[in-house]
Amino acid sequence: MAKRIEATNVTSYYGSFKAIDSVSMTVEPKTITALIGPSGCGKSTFLRSVNRMHEVLPGARIEGSLTIDDQNIYDPDVDVTAVRRMIGMVFQRPNPFPTMSIYENVVAGLKLNGVKKKSVLDDAAEQSLKSANLWNEVKDRLGRPGAGLSGGQQQRLCIARTIAVEPQVVLMDEPCSALDPISTLAIEDLMFKLKDRFTIIIVTHNMQQAARVSDKTGFFSIDKTGDPGRLIEYDDTQKIFSNPTEKKTEDYITGRFG
Amino acid sequence: MSLLDREASGVVMTPDNIRTKRLPLAVNLGIAVAGLAIAAAVVYGFGIGNYVLVVVLGVVFYLIGLQIVAGRIEGPRTARDRMWKTLIYAACLLAVLPLASVVWTLVSKGVQRLDGNFFGSSMNNIGARDPEGGAYHAIIGTLEQVGVATLIAVPLGVLGAIYLVEYGRGRFANTVRFFVDVMTGIPSIVAGLFILSFWVLIVSPWFNNGTPRFSGFAASLALTVLMLPTIVRSTEEMLRLVPGPLREGAYALGVPQWKTILQVVLPTALPGIVTGVMLAVARAAGETAPVLLVAGGAASINFNPFEGGQSSLALYVYQQAGDASRYAPARAWTAALTLVAIVLILTIAAKLLARRNSLSK
Amino acid sequence: MGDNPSSRSENTTASDLGVTGRHTRGAGTGVSPSSHDDPPIGGGGALPKKARFGMEAGFKGLSVAAGAMVLVIIVAIAIFLISKAVPAIRADNENFLTFNQWFPNETEPRFGIAVLAFGTVLTSIIALLVAVPIALGIALFLSHYAPKRLATPLGFVIDLLAAVPSVVFGLWGRDVFMEPVREFSGWLNKYFSWIPIFGGDGPFGRSVLLGSLVLAIMVLPIVTSLSREVFRQTPGMNEEAALALGSTKWEMIRTAVLPYGKPGVIAAVMLGLGRALGETIALAMTLGIVFNISFNIIENGGNSIAANIANAFGEANETGRGALIASGLVLFAITLVVNMAARAIIYRRREFRDSAA
Repeated sequence: MAKRIEATNVTSYYGSFKAIDSVSMTVEPKTITALIGPSGCGKSTFLRSVNRMHEVLPGARIEGSLTIDDQNIYDPDVDVTAVRRMIGMVFQRPNPFPTMSIYENVVAGLKLNGVKKKSVLDDAAEQSLKSANLWNEVKDRLGRPGAGLSGGQQQRLCIARTIAVEPQVVLMDEPCSALDPISTLAIEDLMFKLKDRFTIIIVTHNMQQAARVSDKTGFFSIDKTGDPGRLIEYDDTQKIFSNPTEKKTEDYITGRFG
Repeated sequence: MSLLDREASGVVMTPDNIRTKRLPLAVNLGIAVAGLAIAAAVVYGFGIGNYVLVVVLGVVFYLIGLQIVAGRIEGPRTARDRMWKTLIYAACLLAVLPLASVVWTLVSKGVQRLDGNFFGSSMNNIGARDPEGGAYHAIIGTLEQVGVATLIAVPLGVLGAIYLVEYGRGRFANTVRFFVDVMTGIPSIVAGLFILSFWVLIVSPWFNNGTPRFSGFAASLALTVLMLPTIVRSTEEMLRLVPGPLREGAYALGVPQWKTILQVVLPTALPGIVTGVMLAVARAAGETAPVLLVAGGAASINFNPFEGGQSSLALYVYQQAGDASRYAPARAWTAALTLVAIVLILTIAAKLLARRNSLSK
Repeated sequence: MGDNPSSRSENTTASDLGVTGRHTRGAGTGVSPSSHDDPPIGGGGALPKKARFGMEAGFKGLSVAAGAMVLVIIVAIAIFLISKAVPAIRADNENFLTFNQWFPNETEPRFGIAVLAFGTVLTSIIALLVAVPIALGIALFLSHYAPKRLATPLGFVIDLLAAVPSVVFGLWGRDVFMEPVREFSGWLNKYFSWIPIFGGDGPFGRSVLLGSLVLAIMVLPIVTSLSREVFRQTPGMNEEAALALGSTKWEMIRTAVLPYGKPGVIAAVMLGLGRALGETIALAMTLGIVFNISFNIIENGGNSIAANIANAFGEANETGRGALIASGLVLFAITLVVNMAARAIIYRRREFRDSAA
């Protein structure tokens, strides 16, 4: 089910501005990979390049290749919508559809894909909400607006919505940065649980979080403002946090920079 | 097997296949040509219409064909996406057509009487057989009526906006704000009727030995009613954009609030306010109905807005359009061209001013 | 304005105390910071007293009056229209609401609003049926499809379209657009006369269809620009959420943009309706101005309250004017209701959005 991702010399642009410069890394199936680094170093840009959300912004484009089990998702004959269905994404701020109920939010992706049978949708909604550790909290009010939940619940609702379409990979762009510590813990628990089924890549500003949840960690950095971001070091999380190879990584981890 | 594979048979994509076929441009164009050809064959074969019907039917056939072919090649979802995109682009083209026609007619018919006589003479003593006659009196009428209306509406509107932004709190202010918005929707003919019943029929007889007096000033009052809400609204928006620290800086220096408003807030918001006023003026200059009801519509030159009837450019267009003389249409179109030129120059200038205005960014 | 001279004395240049006035009100009390009994604070002597009738009060009073002016005008419109309409309706020998002819200038005036009200609603509804889908298409094009280089000038052109005076559209409709509409009507009549609205024997041209189409062009920019603003305000993160679920662009619009914009679009349509109901000159120049109730939209005919006022005003005597004012009163009431409903929707939506943010 989960897939291996291989990035080779990925370079992303916003118009003429080069945001990241030839990033290469391999992400193994059923692992959690954390991307850390100072603000503006291009880790979110890289993440958005993995499911082709980068190109949604006007003027954005990309060079290099990104393969998922040996299929390059940037090949010209690839269907973008299929890529995004296969590689789900959870965003920084919880973004349930404001006009939809909790139930409708969860099944939105399935409905888009043409699943119509009520029983199937009900099943999928229940399974996804259970997987997202949200079922017990919302099972009595599935018809209420999703926007009425707390921030942490909303974020778990978004995760449920993402995994309802059964992606192979789940990308998380600072999923806890807008949440309080308890909700953050709930999401981290959830990530351990989801690891059995999905490949997860998470961008985070929180180094403790990276150390807690991830198997591998990639450190991005920039030399100075306006320069493209680079992948400085990519290794086992243990190694990055205890004995990094690069001086820059060590400086960042120990808080001497950034 | 994933749920999507099982339930949504139309989904071409599986975890192992993210590839899709694209509809080649040549096929797309081919469908368009075929659609038009079939439409032409049908229309002319049965003799049921002309080229317009060919185009309309052609577009319908094209959309149907596109839906079928694209649905086969790309799948139903992409095909639907493509169809809506085509429809949305078509809506734009459809809307540009009448606009282009209006502009073309305005220019081509409007230049016929674009001469000195038109701008230098009135319709006084112009009979049905006279090719001359101009809009001088109407231009004067428009300028004076809109000018007077601006003089009344601007102070009132700006003060009203100041109330809403600087003083207004609570229920009364919300009511005022609500009805300012509602007032923007009052039909111009109703504003005209209001001034007719209030000013012309009730107030003006006091100054005129008991007989109602139609005048340019009455038209100004009606235009004021129409301009006021627009000015209040745009000024309010501009005043709200003035940064709070600017006011607080003045208060901290001990400047009283009214002085702060007059000397700090208003000057900062001035370019935006001017933009709003210009748009309101442009709208007022184009109004026909209120002028028709209360201005009297004289054919001769009258500089006095308070006495004797006046015309206006918009009213002149309407009058000439209803005139039986064969020279009237040319006069109507030239006046329309002049009117549109004035209105558009004002509007464009206002928008350019707004674009340069740093506050609204 | 009664500036209190005592507050002009030398050590009170920062007098008038509008500042404190504002702040105390903000705190919910009307108490001046210093009162007569207070002992002097600090070393600088007593604080200056609040001027009771200073420039501040005068200026504030003026601005409040200007704000209240709006309410005064709306009420005055109702009062004065009623005062002129009532005598005319009293003189009416028929039922004003149901009678379908208009002879107010005769010695025994007989007139009713029925035909006019029907015609007003009919033309407006047809105009909206034509204009709204196109306007929404353009709004979506401007907000989500067009590249910025194209969207900005096109949006500008749409705004200019809104600025063109209605008399120009009327002139264009009568002199240019009537011919194609006449041909089209003839064609409709030839093949679709079994549908009642396309029936009749002609003549065609100066019809409800022509008036409605011209009206449609005129309300198009209003509906377009308001809807475009609403669509633009769709939170980007909701659009991204839809795209990240693997939706196509159109599906994204249906999932995120349209539901979010629905109240705003409804309000935009109602504002367009308000404009269409009140449009005068363009309809006076393009409708056939006859007095009968007919659903036939292609035969010469059609009428509306506003167009009738413009057409009949010239020959109206005193009762005639009163009758026209009475019909204007009906129009005022209808548009007031429509506009208030539209604004209420917009206001509720704004509160909803502000509290959600």
